[in-house]
Amino acid sequence: MTDESVKPIVMPKWGLSMSEGKLTGWLKTAGDKIAVGEQIVEVETDKIAGVVEASDAGVLRRTIGEVDAVYPVKALIGVIADASVPDSEIDAYVASYVTPAADEEEEEEKSAYAFVDTPVGSIRYAKRGERGDAVVLVHGFGGDLDNWLFNIDALAAKTTIYALDLPGHGQSTKAIPENGLLGLAKGLLGFMDALDVERAHLVGHSMGGAVSMLAALEAPQRVQSLTLIDSAGLGSEINADYLAGFVSASSRRELKPVVEQLFADPKLVSRQLLEDLLRYKRLDGVEAALSTISSQFQADGKQRTVLGPELKGFDGPILVIWGEDDRVIPAAHANALAGAKTEIISGVGHMAQMEKASRVNELVLAHLGV
Amino acid sequence: MARKISMKQAINEALDLEMKRDPTVIVMGEDIVGGAGAPGEEDAWGGVLGVTKGLHAKYPGRLLDTPLSESAYIGAAIGAATCGMRPVAELMFLDFSGVCFDQILNQAAKFKYMFGGKAKTPVVIRAMVGAGFRAAAQHSQMLTPVFTHIPGLKVVCPSNAYDAKGLLIQAIRDDDPVIFCEHKNLYGHETDVPAEAYAIPFGEASVVREGKDVTIVSYGLTVQRALEAAEKLAKDRIQAEVIDLRTLSPIDWDTVVESVESTGRLVVVDEANPRCSIATDVAARVAQEAFNALKAAPQMVTAPHAPVPFSPVLEDLYIPTADAIAKAASKIASHAIAA
Amino acid sequence: MSKNPFPLSKDELLKAYRTMRTIREFEERLHVEFAKGDIPGFVHLYAGEEACATGIMMHLTDTDRIASTHRGHGHCIAKGVDVHEMMAEIYGKATGACRGKGGSMHIADLSKGMMGANGILGAGAPLACGAALASKFRGDKGVSVTFFGDGASNQGMVLESMNLAAVWNLPVIFVVENNGYAESTSVDYATAVDSYVDRASGFGLPGVTVDGADFFAVYEAAGEVIRRAREGGGPSLLECKMARFFGHFEGDAQTYKAKDENELNRANRDCIKMFADRVREAGVVTAAELGAIEKEVEALIDDAVAAAKNALPPTPRELTTDVYVSY
Repeated sequence: MTDESVKPIVMPKWGLSMSEGKLTGWLKTAGDKIAVGEQIVEVETDKIAGVVEASDAGVLRRTIGEVDAVYPVKALIGVIADASVPDSEIDAYVASYVTPAADEEEEEEKSAYAFVDTPVGSIRYAKRGERGDAVVLVHGFGGDLDNWLFNIDALAAKTTIYALDLPGHGQSTKAIPENGLLGLAKGLLGFMDALDVERAHLVGHSMGGAVSMLAALEAPQRVQSLTLIDSAGLGSEINADYLAGFVSASSRRELKPVVEQLFADPKLVSRQLLEDLLRYKRLDGVEAALSTISSQFQADGKQRTVLGPELKGFDGPILVIWGEDDRVIPAAHANALAGAKTEIISGVGHMAQMEKASRVNELVLAHLGV
Repeated sequence: MARKISMKQAINEALDLEMKRDPTVIVMGEDIVGGAGAPGEEDAWGGVLGVTKGLHAKYPGRLLDTPLSESAYIGAAIGAATCGMRPVAELMFLDFSGVCFDQILNQAAKFKYMFGGKAKTPVVIRAMVGAGFRAAAQHSQMLTPVFTHIPGLKVVCPSNAYDAKGLLIQAIRDDDPVIFCEHKNLYGHETDVPAEAYAIPFGEASVVREGKDVTIVSYGLTVQRALEAAEKLAKDRIQAEVIDLRTLSPIDWDTVVESVESTGRLVVVDEANPRCSIATDVAARVAQEAFNALKAAPQMVTAPHAPVPFSPVLEDLYIPTADAIAKAASKIASHAIAA
Repeated sequence: MSKNPFPLSKDELLKAYRTMRTIREFEERLHVEFAKGDIPGFVHLYAGEEACATGIMMHLTDTDRIASTHRGHGHCIAKGVDVHEMMAEIYGKATGACRGKGGSMHIADLSKGMMGANGILGAGAPLACGAALASKFRGDKGVSVTFFGDGASNQGMVLESMNLAAVWNLPVIFVVENNGYAESTSVDYATAVDSYVDRASGFGLPGVTVDGADFFAVYEAAGEVIRRAREGGGPSLLECKMARFFGHFEGDAQTYKAKDENELNRANRDCIKMFADRVREAGVVTAAELGAIEKEVEALIDDAVAAAKNALPPTPRELTTDVYVSY
């Protein structure tokens, strides 16, 4: 029985491979008034810790999920409804709620990742959503498409999302194209070619931002708009110690303090996050690839490619988002582009798309006009 | 690209990738190809449990079947290693080390030191370990403590397919002699394993489950048992942190001590016999390094001081069970949650 | 000078003499110094056996490898290991071939193909098979030689290695240094076959026995088996019968020997004396030339002993270095 007056709070799906999460704390209690976007419950997955924000307004009528308990994705953990809705209706809703079957999720998971051959080599990607414009999400140095785990679903609701692993990263080819960032930008365009994506909005994070800008300059007719998050390529300064530390760290102990620099709140760095990074870094060829890319795009803390005036050659709309506490690339760079819409988010570091996902999703969707 | 494969396949892949990359890698052992000199099929076995199957066709001449002469061919592998090759010798069962122990103990382990640093012995000796296969006393031992004790040797014992591949690749690339222990009961165990080559450094334990109430340390098959125990403990609201040592020599003391400093409680699980085992080693070391953090005495859960029995009923009692592990953890952790 | 009837040039003959004399002087001097109490641990002296090591090693280069025994000084010197470094090692000094960390029984120099003297009897046989295997894989035509005594011949690993070498057709020479004694036990007691050649054929290897005190016999037989191995003809066994002038170890009262055994051996089976007599009588070499070598060797040994005595031992830090390449 569908009843729109009773709204479920469910275990979210963050990223393409999440199947369950642990509820680690309630931020609201039963009886509290909830507005859309308010943080209501804390959840930890094996990849990261995060907060579920309310997608509906009303009163928090039931907190069903228990702290430290693990629930499958889409399991019912709470209920929001107007104060006027009788308890019996809520009880009935809860009793009849059925968590969508896990094997539906597995099906999705299996087809979530795919590989395509491009001129720079094999590229892993994920495609989600079927309607609206094409949007390509481009991660940063040392990252992969899972960096967008909190963004993909929200954005795919209104657009067709492509998230790729750049060469040298994730499960894509570990061979690096020549010409540094420009080579990666051409690789990105080649990826779009391989999937018959003629034109797309580019959303780039960190180094991925610089790659997106270069792609827009290289082929302006193929790029509809740019969103640059904590982006490289807008100023000279960059935290070379972070890059060097990231490249050379070969143990959890070495990597933890480096990765903590990415977030305003170091507690977001879970053991699984570090383990996933180590698994990637151990692959033959990765350390060399990262080292090459790093030296191609910066030297002694100064970025080699700084685009400001050049972007006048691109006439699509540009959105710049930054974390005020970014310790890798200073937030001051956010103001580099005169014609861009800019938003600096407080309490957020270098990983804005993860640290304040719903705000970033909101800004991007607005920028895309959907 | 990561896909689910068994530990057996992961080991085969590691050998394949390294043999492809480095022409000085050769493999030798009894029946590792199979059918040598016999009228039937070549590559008849590919190892007694099929771990090396298929490699002979890819690398003709680089996999050598040996006569039943462990001290000769293990010694030959060691000698070839000191002369610039990277041999991977298979000692079918680590239990057979008795017949070739000198070459490992007095030769390979000691060359670098005895020769004043002027020698290098990059040999890997792969051997099956562990009970639960109904193979009885002479084919089921966990002799890891014996080799861990010997300076100059490195000892590795993975608990899953991902670790097995990365640790074997590391072992082959390593310049010191490595005893690479493969638990026969884990050969079929599957995890996600990337197709590419990767090396996991030695001396880095893996925290396979986080928890704040008690630290459970183990290696090999009993890591799986420890995880089962952790599930049982969670029902009693005891959160166990499970650490997989991965390598016994070098061993990651830091991760173990760090965990005990946080939980205050330690259970060490070891499939080896109790005297002078990995369990006593870890318990004593932690007691020395983290005495002030300990809220209870370290607990050791091991096999009994007895050979491995044949009868399945008895053998199943021999290997530490999830229940026994949970019981030991409960014993020292149950008063924690009263607070 | 007369025409040279020997299969070696005059220079080679002088070189052989120098090698054998160096070994003899080295061992005789150790005998003296050990008695003074200056040398730690145990030494096992090779005096009387020089022709065996020398006759064989003259066919080998640095690419060829040898695995030696606890009685390894002769093998080391004949293979070209530095005499000063050897002496310093025996004295346990940091300037030793193994930085003082191995001692007499573990002197090695892999750069010269000397895989080490070995405290475990028979352990060199598998190692030499490995070295031969490596040579086969590299196609460098190298051979390896494993030395072991009449006693160690009965060690399981030696027998296994002989079979393995035959099965894999390895270029390895098994040299039985039959000096009649395994510590205090006679070969007549400990070995069932009358000749090690019988054992060789039992394992599928060609075998030959020579008088180990006859340099030329050793040289010729060694040349033959080494050539066979180099040309892919596989392993062989070479038994050299000889006498050791000293005990099993220095300090051995040698009461198991007959009362005048050592005296008689020194008088009648001194390989160096017999060599010198032959080459002088053939008119290829003069007494003066031999005498010059003797003087040089004496000076070399004197210098090596003095240097060893004055050298420093390893520092305490070295107690735990070089256990691994990296840990």
